[in-house]
Amino acid sequence: MIPLSHYLIVSAVLFSIGTTGVFLRRNLITVLLSIEIMLNAVNLSFIAFGRTHGTVDGQIIVFFVMTVAAAEAAVGLAIVISLFRHRESLNPDAFTALRW
Amino acid sequence: MPETLQFYLFAALAIGASALVIGQRNPMHSVLLLIASFGALAGLYVLLDAPFVAVAQIIIYAGAIMVLFLFVVMLLNAPQEDAHKDPFALVRQSGLTRVGAVLALLLLLQLSWALLSVSGLAGPVDAGGDAAVVSSVPELGRVLFTDYMFAFEATSVLILVAMVGAVVLAGRRENEE
Repeated sequence: MIPLSHYLIVSAVLFSIGTTGVFLRRNLITVLLSIEIMLNAVNLSFIAFGRTHGTVDGQIIVFFVMTVAAAEAAVGLAIVISLFRHRESLNPDAFTALRW
Repeated sequence: MPETLQFYLFAALAIGASALVIGQRNPMHSVLLLIASFGALAGLYVLLDAPFVAVAQIIIYAGAIMVLFLFVVMLLNAPQEDAHKDPFALVRQSGLTRVGAVLALLLLLQLSWALLSVSGLAGPVDAGGDAAVVSSVPELGRVLFTDYMFAFEATSVLILVAMVGAVVLAGRRENEE
């Protein structure tokens, strides 16, 4: 039916969209959302490969990726809230305290 | 072929919604569009005989994680990006940012080239393996709690660390005020 490469190309496009978002956007929340897009692109690859090989291992890795994504979102959003409290801004260019 | 049609429908939905996530100025719209993108990806997972992951995707990703994002967007109440209200601000940004965009495009070209040049990917995705095995939840649970037992336990520690970290980072300290 549908070739494996089609799924992988969808995954590659999604990953590139996520990378573009991380590079281009000047808003910390949107940057975190772009990272979620990249994680989901990788999940799609895992499941497509797992289906091709006929094992459930790909799906199990996806569960772990989802857990890591949840942990990353919790800690990342906590950092965003903490930063916003200090600078009243979500622009990553506003946080230059460690730049020299 | 309905399955081919479904694949292209879900793939177009996922890619289109994700591209719009990047394009929105309002983070609220971005989060809602990302939920749509995750829904389309769940459809792709169903096509790949992974119904349990599709349901987990809807419940955990679109449900829990995105609600967390929505909550923070509403809490911070800073909907617009700091930049001026220029619809083409993304295109005419500083030089370094433009380099980033070119790099992302290069990444896409490189990935596509790599995928097209590797042989053995052109076969149908459901050629090998039994759909009944891949989509069976008991099999999933068996492998998760035998082969991946250590990773599963490590994940619980990871969640605990993330929980403590989030409380420490975002919690307001009384002695600082």
